Amino acid sequence: MKVTIDGITVDVEPGTSILNAARQIGGDIVPPAMCYYSKLQGSGGKCRTCLVKVTKGSEKDPRPMPKLVASCRTGVMDGMEVQNITSPEVVEARKGVVEMLLINHPLDCPVCDQAGECHLQDLGFEHGAAKTRYEFDRRTFEKIDIGDKIQLHMTRCILCYRCVFTADQITNTRLHGILNRGDHSEISTYISKAVDNDFSGNVIDVCPVGALTDKTFRFKNRVWFTKPVEAHRDCDKCCGKVTLWYKGEDVIRVTGRKDVYGEVEEFICNTCRFDKKKTADWVIEGPRKVSHQSVISANHYEFTPLPVVKTNPVLMEANKEQFERETRL
Amino acid sequence: MGRKLLLEHINVPGINTFDVYRSKGGYASVEKALKTMSPEAIVEEVKKSGLRGRGGAGFPTGMKWSFLAKPEGVARYLVCNGDESEPGTFKDRYLMTYIPHLLIEGMIVSSFALGANTSYIYLRGEMMPQVRILERAIAEAKAKGFLGKNILGTGYDLELYVQPGGGAYICGEETALLESLEGKRGNPRIKPPFPAIAGLYGCPTVVNNVESIAAVVPIINEGGDEYAKIGIGRSTGTKLISAGGNLKKPGVYEIELGVPVEEFIYSDEYCGGIANGKRLKAVVAGGSSVPILPANLILKTINNEARLMSYESLSDGGFVSGTMLGSGGFIAYDEDACIVRNTWNFARFYHHESCGQCSPCREGTGWMEKVLHRLEYGHGKMSDMDLLVDVSKKIEGNTICPLGDAAAWPVASAIRHFRDEFEWHVTNASEATSRNYGLAHYADPLKVVETA
Amino acid sequence: MLRVDEAQEPVEFSPELITKFDEIVSRYPQGKQKSGLLPILHLVQAEFGWVSAPAMDKVAEYLSILPIEVYEVATFYTMYFLRPQGKYVLEVCRTSGCCLVGAEKIMDHIEETLGVKEGEVTPDGLFSWRGVECLAACGFGPVLQIGPEYTFYENLTNESVDKLISDLKAKAKN
Repeated sequence: MKVTIDGITVDVEPGTSILNAARQIGGDIVPPAMCYYSKLQGSGGKCRTCLVKVTKGSEKDPRPMPKLVASCRTGVMDGMEVQNITSPEVVEARKGVVEMLLINHPLDCPVCDQAGECHLQDLGFEHGAAKTRYEFDRRTFEKIDIGDKIQLHMTRCILCYRCVFTADQITNTRLHGILNRGDHSEISTYISKAVDNDFSGNVIDVCPVGALTDKTFRFKNRVWFTKPVEAHRDCDKCCGKVTLWYKGEDVIRVTGRKDVYGEVEEFICNTCRFDKKKTADWVIEGPRKVSHQSVISANHYEFTPLPVVKTNPVLMEANKEQFERETRL
Repeated sequence: MGRKLLLEHINVPGINTFDVYRSKGGYASVEKALKTMSPEAIVEEVKKSGLRGRGGAGFPTGMKWSFLAKPEGVARYLVCNGDESEPGTFKDRYLMTYIPHLLIEGMIVSSFALGANTSYIYLRGEMMPQVRILERAIAEAKAKGFLGKNILGTGYDLELYVQPGGGAYICGEETALLESLEGKRGNPRIKPPFPAIAGLYGCPTVVNNVESIAAVVPIINEGGDEYAKIGIGRSTGTKLISAGGNLKKPGVYEIELGVPVEEFIYSDEYCGGIANGKRLKAVVAGGSSVPILPANLILKTINNEARLMSYESLSDGGFVSGTMLGSGGFIAYDEDACIVRNTWNFARFYHHESCGQCSPCREGTGWMEKVLHRLEYGHGKMSDMDLLVDVSKKIEGNTICPLGDAAAWPVASAIRHFRDEFEWHVTNASEATSRNYGLAHYADPLKVVETA
Repeated sequence: MLRVDEAQEPVEFSPELITKFDEIVSRYPQGKQKSGLLPILHLVQAEFGWVSAPAMDKVAEYLSILPIEVYEVATFYTMYFLRPQGKYVLEVCRTSGCCLVGAEKIMDHIEETLGVKEGEVTPDGLFSWRGVECLAACGFGPVLQIGPEYTFYENLTNESVDKLISDLKAKAKN
């Protein structure tokens, strides 16, 4: 099937969504997505940031679609023509959606652990307005611990439902959900319960904002001062492929490996995530490639982080390269 | 005197019982349909009748039925939408309370036409009395062989159940209704797939308003062509109008589509004019979500023609000078009504009823309510009106379901037509908290624009 | 924050109630028993006056679904009370049509008569009241309804409200 997005044509499998077709093309024409997560069935359609304009329905039925559509949940048709960044209407609508997402967001980035890898930050920076027109008190909630490893900071939540889908699809049971409705909706367990099972930690990875954070990493460091390194281990529960986040010589955080759209490649278990925080637990593969646009690439590999185990030539080489590049810049 | 198709026998004592209803010709359409017609023929009659969905959107019912997927071996469902919650609309409650068998008769014929063997009537939870009324009526019909196995010996089986909701306006949206019927939160589904392909329990499903289903009865009895003769243009048949607000005789009226709005408001056959001898200021013609119009624009179109109670005439002029028939919730405002307060009231309603699934509606409805609250209580700014219009535009069309549009239109239209009243609330803030703006020029005759 | 921390009384469903549940569940296809959740919660509320967390857990157990699925639903819909209420909850329509004909004054009058604010329970445990959104009776406003039967009282005046309240007080005594 052929679909044209912002003038670029691509061949895709039938059943592909417009968003995924755009991701196959890549670059600036990929709509942002806050709630869609390709590994979670049924996700998407809610945040409305990925709205696009379909100017031609298909070869067979060339009528345009009357409204902007959520590209993550709209399948492509053969001959479909879509406008994303080339449509002023889309740009305007997206700006509106970003404004809506931000009016009740606390904007507490300076104290938020997610800052630097927060999708809402990126979204606001790329698509939002410079000022807010909202003049009322923002919605607030108290922080709660769901389990001893995960903290829920509901005030920051944008209600993407990803963590709910994760609990349904990745873990064996679900204890938290969306309670209440409208702008009072919140993620909660209703009765104080610990969300604690082998895969519960993945809700941290899927959360696009700082609503679900890793308590073992809480206030330890800003992500841009940490050094991400790819590593793996033999794990009987999950794939064991992770990203280790170093501060000096210590692993201060373990996460799944995320792709350019912030989605983990494979979900990891809580043992890997919370309990294996020694370099000796892992086989190091090398430094993680971070987009030069990301604030995380601002860190420097100025020393070898692995004195406890045998030297890793690959890692050292990569560190050196990055160090040179950074000092040159 | 217009023809009455649905409410003809509404004043007959005991019409809510099977025997009286039957003696007035009730259930004739079931006999006719099941014994002499094929399901396709029924769908054809409904198509011919030109019946349009009475729940608000006005989509042709026959066409909706013909979209229903019919895969082999998969159950199909008919679900009746009785989640009547649109402010201003109360026709379905009235119909189900006083003439419940009409709905059941319509459900049997429609279910047969669609090949459904289990059908549900979903009522809003607050309608518990109507749940009891319908359940009693269903039991009566079942005892007489009009429901259950092998109806009237034709071999057609149908079970009919009444399902109460839990209190949520959003469940009037068809996919939210199906979610609710499946025992979930009433979050509208993302379409496609449409219910006609994958609805209740993933099976092909048709969702129709109570009044649409009831209208199938006269269509089958008299034939689609006869039904189509009533009304005007593409607005065929009769429509129940819920008249409320500052009217002398509020209530549910069955009108032939095409009655002039002026006649509907002022004639003694219908509402009998404005209560307490006051003057008309504004009208919401089709339930809270349609644009509000000032008196002069509701009585006459922008071309100075009389406005009629029909889908086309009410929407004449688009959103600039027109409105919509919607669900037929007709609210009249007299000269003492405050449009700002009313708009705030509507905004509060939509804020309260937003399901919270998609961001523009979840956040935008609350924002609009707060700004309107500020205006009503004398803390508004001149820029608030533009802000409201802009926020409403950011919501409209960008949401999963039509609730976003429904929340945006009343606000945008109130500012479009009553901007000076809003501005007066800012400039005369302290005065605005103690008295109303009054009628002003809202009933003045329209200026006729000379056309070259 | 919506979290229940205090321990709530455990509940037991009577066999009669379970029979009613069984009848409701029989309306849906095999395996779709979750459809019965809303009607069952109404029955639970009618029995106990509100829907407590242990009651919701019991319902989840009965329907073989997760407790959180019940919490999600019970908090979404406005008719379910998650806190104990008065024996009679006066729910007054506060939307446009009723406001045009004096719903706000009726609410003020109820507040004054009962002496409690919206959502609070009178000291004798008999009454609470709240404003609710459109009850679909706009032509007969102001209106209020009282659960669990959801009986309707239309065309309210201060006098009819006074009479209603005194009638209910008398009814509660007997």
